[in-house]
Amino acid sequence: MSDVTVGGGQEVLGVTRIDGPIMIVEGAANISYDEVVEIRDSKGRLRRGRVLEVGEEMAVVQIFSGSTGLSIDGTSVRFLGDTLHMPVSEEMLGRIFDGLGNPIDGGPEPLTDHYKDINGLPINPTARVYPRDYIQTGISSIDGLNTLLRGQKLPLFSGAGLPHDKLAAQIVRQATLGKPVGTQTDAEAEEFAIVFAAMGVKNDVADYFRRSFTESGALNRVAMFLNLADDPPVERIVTPRAALTLAEHLAYDLDKHVLVVLTDMTNYGESLREISNIRGEVPSRKGYPGYLYSDLSSLYERTGRIRTSKGSITQIPILTMPNDDITHPMPDLTGYITEGQIVLGRELFFAGIYPPVAVLPSLSRLMKDGIGKGHTRDDHPHWGAQLYAAYARTQDVRALASVIGEEELSEVDQKYLKFGRAFEREFINQGSDENRSIERTLEIGWKLLSIMPKNELTRVTLDEIAQYYQEEDAAN
Amino acid sequence: MSDKIGTLTWISGPVVRARGSRKVGMLELVEVGEERLVGEVIGLKGDTFTVQVYEETAGMQPGAPVYGTGLPLSVELGPGLLQSIYDGVQRPLPLIEESMGSFISRGAHFDPINREKRWRYIPKVKVGDEVKGGTILGIAMETDTFEHKVMVHPDDSGTITWVPKTGEYTVTDPIAKIKTGKEEKELTMLQRWPVRQPRPFIQRLGVSIPLITGQRILDMFFPVAKGGAAGIPGPFGSGKTVTQHSIAKYADAEVIVYIGCGERGNEMTEVLQEFPHLVDPRNGRPLMERTVLIANTSNMPVAAREASIYTGITIAEYYRDMGYSVALMADSTSRWAEALREVSGRLEEMPAEEGYPAYLASRLAEFYERAGYVENLNETKGSVTIVGAVSPPGGDFSEPVTQHTKRFIRCFWALDNSLSSARHFPAINWLDSYSEYIDGVADWWQEKVGKDWLGMRNQSMELLSEESRLSQIVKLVGPDALPDAERMILETSRLLREGILQQNAMDEVDAYSTVEKQIRMLELVLHFHELGMKIIKRGAVISVIHDLPVVDTLIRMKNDVANDELNKFDDIEKQIDKQMSQLDAEYR
Repeated sequence: MSDVTVGGGQEVLGVTRIDGPIMIVEGAANISYDEVVEIRDSKGRLRRGRVLEVGEEMAVVQIFSGSTGLSIDGTSVRFLGDTLHMPVSEEMLGRIFDGLGNPIDGGPEPLTDHYKDINGLPINPTARVYPRDYIQTGISSIDGLNTLLRGQKLPLFSGAGLPHDKLAAQIVRQATLGKPVGTQTDAEAEEFAIVFAAMGVKNDVADYFRRSFTESGALNRVAMFLNLADDPPVERIVTPRAALTLAEHLAYDLDKHVLVVLTDMTNYGESLREISNIRGEVPSRKGYPGYLYSDLSSLYERTGRIRTSKGSITQIPILTMPNDDITHPMPDLTGYITEGQIVLGRELFFAGIYPPVAVLPSLSRLMKDGIGKGHTRDDHPHWGAQLYAAYARTQDVRALASVIGEEELSEVDQKYLKFGRAFEREFINQGSDENRSIERTLEIGWKLLSIMPKNELTRVTLDEIAQYYQEEDAAN
Repeated sequence: MSDKIGTLTWISGPVVRARGSRKVGMLELVEVGEERLVGEVIGLKGDTFTVQVYEETAGMQPGAPVYGTGLPLSVELGPGLLQSIYDGVQRPLPLIEESMGSFISRGAHFDPINREKRWRYIPKVKVGDEVKGGTILGIAMETDTFEHKVMVHPDDSGTITWVPKTGEYTVTDPIAKIKTGKEEKELTMLQRWPVRQPRPFIQRLGVSIPLITGQRILDMFFPVAKGGAAGIPGPFGSGKTVTQHSIAKYADAEVIVYIGCGERGNEMTEVLQEFPHLVDPRNGRPLMERTVLIANTSNMPVAAREASIYTGITIAEYYRDMGYSVALMADSTSRWAEALREVSGRLEEMPAEEGYPAYLASRLAEFYERAGYVENLNETKGSVTIVGAVSPPGGDFSEPVTQHTKRFIRCFWALDNSLSSARHFPAINWLDSYSEYIDGVADWWQEKVGKDWLGMRNQSMELLSEESRLSQIVKLVGPDALPDAERMILETSRLLREGILQQNAMDEVDAYSTVEKQIRMLELVLHFHELGMKIIKRGAVISVIHDLPVVDTLIRMKNDVANDELNKFDDIEKQIDKQMSQLDAEYR
């Protein structure tokens, strides 16, 4: 996808209308739906676009880098006869590309014979392998309560000003294949790679990730696709697709375990809305197009494992929820497609807790198949359910305490309050370079559960209580 | 069979327009382009017609040919449906994988039903018999135990002139000849039926048998009748899919049709990999043997998602016609409605609410009305029960799909985020849910377990709604301000919630409860309540009742007592009586 003119294709002059990033071209025959076009302005500069709608001798074209400087006369459009393809190769690791996949690190074009359609193809459900291997991130609130599996898509729902970038960088830095407690971690060097796509984020954010990758010595395993805040918004439609096309090549052709970080999906959605509005499409909620769900799923569903390859794609999309509203169409539709969500909470953040993972609305749907016996430790599922239930009860007790005062609470409720405080400070809270083993996470959890009397612990079995419950003198 | 009827003039995603024929019919199946992508005519104007295409249209050009088939979008019906997995327009996904690899590219053409496989067939009619649409001609053994009743196509009738011997036949081998007037016709096991047209039956019958799902909150509190329709609306993460999976696994229907409509790929894979290994608790056969899966995941073409619902319901009706009870899960109907919206938007139709087309309500009604307990053409009785998941944006039940769905279902299982975040599963809110089948199925319960289910259910619901009222007060003034009798209600409600309503779909023992176990559990909790109230009246304080060891036993009995160990409940009952009478003695 270089700016070098590709030979062939028919060139026409008939631009009749330009409306933001959308342009109507007439007088060309044999145009295909979704075909790539090359647009030459009156000064001879080139830009790329894509056919959104095609009629007889008429095409609606979306211009990736915006229409600034284009004129009705003097603009020529060359139809290239194929859908958008990009070169993919292992050499692209360690490199930096723009939002369309062109190198911007001064290096040469990647050399390869593999050109892939950036839209990809849906994975046949019968060809998938169900994810069962957990990824140890070293973060208690994720490993313990929202376990991430290889081949899962688990977004971070955040808000402006919250440390989602820091958390994502920590996950990327610390992620290793999880082992059951008690087994040796053999140092088999599994082939892993990271594909990072930035959509409309500030330059500092992209820089923060680059520094973080450099510090952890992983930079030569990272491919970065950067569409920054001042880059053309329409390009953002292509950026995640380009990143995922490379990820698919690495995972399914080269057997690597690929972690894809997409940030910030909210900006992606806004670009989609912009194009839809200019085209005059009927909007659904908040002006977003009716196909937002299908469009998002064409990105998120490019995650997983297939039977014919050892590799996997795990996705961590990051979304900042406008006004912290989880019912906004972007987080809402994302949550319906992804396999859970990690929600960051402002209250915890203000209380100085890092990472401020709001445990109750967070969820990992696949975790049930990657924890417990043979994966982490037998008591993990019940342990998790108990921590959740206890913390949920804590919220009720806090509400009550704020009305009648702490002193008036029953003895048991006071213990819940004590548990809640300890849970936030000792379990959720951890250092940004603290890498906890799953065993340590479970141990902290049991220590906190032991604050409560045994008969409150109805989600764990009596055997588990006998084995792990720490009697009062031990707990204090 | 297919002639060129026009050329493409306009393409926008899954919607294309072509010109050239005034004869093509509404909803006719057409093939688009040289790759012959399957599509359906959804609009006519002069000699221009609009087609929704069930496959990706990228790369297609105006001027490409369109071929007509003269037939509406249909499914193939016959032995071999069970254990299959199809996409939204009944293409077998395993064959697509075999020929195309792990990714689905377009232009796949496969027979939905295997033409080579031979089925053991036993004729049930003889020469000279008069047959009509629906008459059972014979039985094909679809699995070792499942009798697939081969029926006369609803449009055919006549006198049998030839039947084969019992033997092994393929679906295209003749299995009968009939004479209608002067014409003789060969019949095969394979038949086609247009998906958008309900299959005929003689009459609807009243619904009175519950669909037993093994889920306590559904069976005892909000039952759906066989032939009824239920909706499960809930925000993401509230457990719609887990509930649907549990019903697909444990419901006492003879055939399950599971439609993954615009949902996650991994979820379908889970069903695919899990069901062949799970055993039907009733007959010990693998669950897959009674299941038909339709998987049109969210990233597969959107128009095929719209069709998937109809493909599924037509297959369900076909098994109903054999006299079986069929349960159909559609996860999620909201994605289907969104597919309608997407196609409608591309047609530039005038939107009604939130961009949905004005015909959303009538389409939903048509779908849910295909549920029913009916007398079939062959006088057997069969049922189709529909359980539709709804995914309201932002969990807001006032949105159009939830609201319209509520008008056409009679059983509403409202999932609640506040329950799911406390990990109370199934997160079905007992105060917002309802079932209109309760009175209808009460007699069944009386007959089956010989106990006053309805009375116990209503008493429990009363306790739970009283709890809700009391907990409002507790929130303001704390529990100590309540009299002990009211705190006893809170205690019993806790037992109901944690001991009965909560059910762990991942736990071996708890995942499925027989009705006998369910009713016994409820009985014990209410028994505990009755004795507790008596002692409270004598002056006992609530804390001594709360601390009784049997309280913990009651909460744990769901995991501790397996379905075949019901006698353990007698021990628990004795424990209640003993511990209560000790207290009783203290306060006498």
